[in-house]
Amino acid sequence: MNKILYKKQLSQDVFLMKLHSPLISQERSAGQFIILQVDDDYGERIPLTIADADPVEGSITIIFQVVGKTTQQLSKLNEGDELPALVGPLGKPTHIEKFGTVVCVGGGIGVAPLHPIAEALKDAGNKVITIIGARNKDLLILEDEMKTIADEFIVCTDDGSYGRKSLVTEPLKEICERNPKPDMVIAIGPPVMMKFCAETTRPFNVFTQVSLNTIMVDGTGMCGGCRVNVANEAKFVCVDGPEFDAHKVDFDNMISRLNSYKEFEKEMHNCYLESEIDRKERGI
Amino acid sequence: MNHKSAEQLSIEAKELIVNYLDKYDELKNKERTAIPSQEMPSQEPEVRIKNLDEVALGYTIEQARIEAMRCLQCVKKTCVDDCPVRIDIPRFINHIAHAEFENAAAVIKEASLLPAICGRVCPQEVQCQQTCMVGKALKDVDKAVAIGRLERFIADWERSTGKISIPEVKHETGKKVAVVGSGPAGLVVAADCRREGHHVTVFEAFHKLGGVLRYGIPEFRLPNDIIDREIDTLTQMGVEFQTNFVVGKTRKLMDLINKDGYHAVFVGTGAGLPMFMNIEGENLVGVFSANEYLTRANLMRAFEKGKADTPIYPSKNVAVLGGGNVAMDAARMAKRLGAENVYVVYRRTEVEMPARKEEVAHAKEEGIEFYFLQNAKKILGNEKGRVNAMECLRYELGEPDSSGRRRPVVIPGSEFILDVDTIIVAIGNGSNPLISQTTPEINVNKWGNILVDETQKTSVDRIFAGGDIVLGAATVILAMGEGRRAAASINKMLADEIGKEKIE
Ligand SMILES: Cc1cc2nc3c(=O)[nH]c(=O)nc-3n(C[C@H](O)[C@H](O)[C@H](O)COP(=O)(O)OP(=O)(O)OC[C@H]3O[C@@H](n4cnc5c(N)ncnc54)[C@H](O)[C@@H]3O)c2cc1C
Ligand SMILES: Cc1cc2nc3c(=O)[nH]c(=O)nc-3n(C[C@H](O)[C@H](O)[C@H](O)COP(=O)(O)OP(=O)(O)OC[C@H]3O[C@@H](n4cnc5c(N)ncnc54)[C@H](O)[C@@H]3O)c2cc1C
Ligand code: SF4
Ligand code: FES
Repeated sequence: MNKILYKKQLSQDVFLMKLHSPLISQERSAGQFIILQVDDDYGERIPLTIADADPVEGSITIIFQVVGKTTQQLSKLNEGDELPALVGPLGKPTHIEKFGTVVCVGGGIGVAPLHPIAEALKDAGNKVITIIGARNKDLLILEDEMKTIADEFIVCTDDGSYGRKSLVTEPLKEICERNPKPDMVIAIGPPVMMKFCAETTRPFNVFTQVSLNTIMVDGTGMCGGCRVNVANEAKFVCVDGPEFDAHKVDFDNMISRLNSYKEFEKEMHNCYLESEIDRKERGI
Repeated sequence: MNHKSAEQLSIEAKELIVNYLDKYDELKNKERTAIPSQEMPSQEPEVRIKNLDEVALGYTIEQARIEAMRCLQCVKKTCVDDCPVRIDIPRFINHIAHAEFENAAAVIKEASLLPAICGRVCPQEVQCQQTCMVGKALKDVDKAVAIGRLERFIADWERSTGKISIPEVKHETGKKVAVVGSGPAGLVVAADCRREGHHVTVFEAFHKLGGVLRYGIPEFRLPNDIIDREIDTLTQMGVEFQTNFVVGKTRKLMDLINKDGYHAVFVGTGAGLPMFMNIEGENLVGVFSANEYLTRANLMRAFEKGKADTPIYPSKNVAVLGGGNVAMDAARMAKRLGAENVYVVYRRTEVEMPARKEEVAHAKEEGIEFYFLQNAKKILGNEKGRVNAMECLRYELGEPDSSGRRRPVVIPGSEFILDVDTIIVAIGNGSNPLISQTTPEINVNKWGNILVDETQKTSVDRIFAGGDIVLGAATVILAMGEGRRAAASINKMLADEIGKEKIE
C-alpha cells in the first residue's frame, strides 16, 4: 500500500516522490491534491498537490518542500517504504478550457502544482506564458519541464543568481501592459506572492486564479479549518477550492490563519526549522 | 450534585443489597420505589480534568442489582415504547436483578448491536427513562430506573468476562455490499448484511474507523477501546474495511455498482458539515468549529502533547457557542487541554438545552461556567488577526417557535464584552455534500439530506441511505435504527435476486 516507487531530491529542501496509488492515479485531474500521513496514530495529515500521475503504472507524483516535522519525516523515507495513509484525489479539478493567452506564474514550491495545470492548459490549445521564480538558482524546480510547455518562458530570482533579478510580479506587470492583454493569469506560490500577483493584475482587470494552501485537517469539508474569506463569504478550500478568484480572496486573513500554530510549531520543532519558516514567511 | 466517591457508593450498595436478596420477587411496588436510586460512580472532578480517561466508572454488581430491583416490571411497558430500537427493557432488567447477566445481554442483543456505546451516549432521559413509571411515581425523571446505566453495565460485564460472542455468518452468497462511512449506521449495516452471508466492504474517508464515535465524542465519554472491540467483532465476521477512501472522490458512488460489481450500497456519511454563525470576525485565528477542535484532540490525539504532531491551539479563556452534546464535549475537552476558564454561551435557558443531562452535570462539576440567554454578536481580534474578545448580547424567552421551544429574543442595547482567546462554534452540523455533489442522481432535500422511502431506499436503484445523512444531526441510536432497517431491505432485495437466479 502506498509504496514509494521513486525518490529524487530537486533542491536543498525540495523532494519529488512517486507513490503507488492506482485508484488516485486514475481519478485525479490537474489542480487536485492528496492528504498523507507518515504515521497514522500520532502523525499530522498534510495536504500536497498531485504534481503528476501515471494511470498505467498506477502512480502519482508529489513534490514537497521540507518546512516542518511531517515534511521532514517524509523526506527521510526511501524507495520501497510505505505510507500508512494516503487519501485523494481531493479538491475540485482546475477548470480547463481554451481561454486564449494564459500567464502561469509559479513561485518556489508553487511551480509543482502549477505544472500539471500549465500542461492541461497547453493541451487545451491555449498560448501559455510561464513565469517562474525562486529566491535563488538552487531553489528553482521543474525549470525544464515548464520550459517545454511554455510558448514564452521567464525565470526570475530574488538575488539575481539566475535569470532575471526581480520578483515574479515585475514581468507579470509588463505582460499585462501588452496589447492585447492576457486572458487569464494563474498564480501559485507562497501566499504573499499570490497576494501581490493579485494586486498586480487587478488594475488591468485580468481574471486571476490562485490555488490556496490553507491549513487542513480532513480535506473533505468536515472541520472548517481551511476556511478563507472569498468575496466576504467563508469558503472551504478543500471542497470549494483549492482555486479561487484572486481578486476576491482576503489574503491577509488567510496569512494570519496560516500562522495560527507558528509559534507553537517553533516550540515543538528544532531551530533548523525556525530558519525554514522564516524564509518561507518572506515569500518565494 | 453531591459527588460521592466510587468506594463510598460501592460500600453503601453492599450494605443495602443484603436487605433484598431473599425477598426480591415479593417486593411490593411501593417497596421498590422506596429503594434508593443508584448514583453512577465517577472519577473525582479535579482528577479527571487532567486526563482523558472515562469519567463515569460504571455500576458495581451490587449497584446494578439494586438499581434493577427498582423496576416495577410494568405490564404496559412505556419505557420500551420510547426506546428507538425497542429493547425489551423490563425483561433484561429482571435478569440483572437475579444476577443472570448472560441472559440480560442476550435480551439486549435481540434489539441493539452496540450496547456498550448506546449505554454510554444515548439521551436516556428523553427516551426510555422519560416515561418510566418509577420516575413518574417519584415525580422526578432523574429518579427513573437508570436503564442506560444498566445497559452499559451488561455490555461492560460481557466484555470484562470475555464472553462476547461472534455472531454467526451464513455461508457466502456471492453478493457484494458496499457501506460508505463507518459511523454507527454503517457499522450496523455491515454486521446485519454480513450475517446473511454477503461480502461486505466498508469505505471510510478517515484513517480510523467509527465516525463521530471516534473523532467527535471524546474518550472521557466513550473510550476508543470500546469502538475498537466492536469493529474487531466485525472484522472477525469477515467484514472488510478500507480506510482513506473517499467515495465520490477516490471512486464515484455509481462506479461501485457499475464497475466494481457491488450489488447494493449503503450511504451512511453522517452530518459532517460544520455550521458557523456568519458573524463578523468568525475567520479570525482562534475560532474553531467543534468538529475541528474535537478532531484534532480525539482523532489526531493532540491531547497527548509531546506525542502527537497535530497542534492544538493553546487557550486560556474559551467560549463555546451552543448547548448540545457537541458543545459539552468541546467545553470539557478545552478544560482538559489546559484552558483556565471555559464558558458555554447558550441563547436559551438550561431547560431548553439539548445536551444529555448527565454531561451537563459533569461539565458543571468540572468547573465549566454556563452563560444562558446570551449569544455572540461579533468576534473581536488583535492586530495579528487573533481573537481577543467576543461581543455578546443578552436574550429573553418569547413565544414558542416551530421547534416548540420558546424563542430567544434579543434585549436591545444589552451588548457586553467577554474576554476570550478561543471560540468554539458548536451550533450544529449540516449534511456532508460530497456524495450529493458527485452523485447527482441521488435526490436530496433543501438541506442536502438524502431522501429515502420507508425501506431506506434512495432515488437510485440499489442505493440505500441512513443515519445523520438522512436525519440531519441526530443520535447514535437513531442512526443504528436506520441502519438496521436499511440492512433488512438490502438483505431482502438480495435474497429475492438469489431466489430468482436459482429458478433461472
Ligand atoms: C491544497 C494544498 C496543496 C499543497 N501542495 C503542496 C505541495 O505540492 N508541495 C508542498 O511542499 N507543499 C504543499 N502544501 C503545503 C503543505 O501542506 C505544508 O507545507 C505542510 O502541511 C507542512 O507540514 P509540516 O508538518 O512539515 O510542517 P508544520 O510543522 O505543520 O508547519 C511548519 C510551518 O509551515 C507552515 N504551514 C503549515 N501548514 C501549511 C500549509 N498548509 N501551507 C503552507 N504552510 C504551512 C506554518 O507556518 C507552520 O508553522 C499544500 C497545501 C495545501 C493546502
Ligand atoms: C461531538 C459530538 C457528540 C455527540 N454526542 C452524542 C451523544 O452523546 N449521544 C448521541 O446519541 N449522539 C451524539 N452525537 C451524534 C451522533 O454521534 C451521530 O448522530 C451519529 O454518529 C451519526 O451516525 P452516522 O453513522 O450517521 O454518521 P457518522 O458517525 O457521522 O459517520 C459517518 C462516517 O462517514 C465518513 N464519510 C463521510 N463521507 C464519506 C465519503 N464520501 N466516503 C467515505 N466515508 C465518508 C465519515 O468520515 C464518518 O466516519 C454526537 C455528535 C457529535 C459530533
Ligand atoms: S417503565 Fe420503568 S419501571 Fe416500568 S418496566 Fe420500564 S423501566 Fe421498569
Ligand atoms: S480541511 Fe477540514 S473542511 Fe477543509
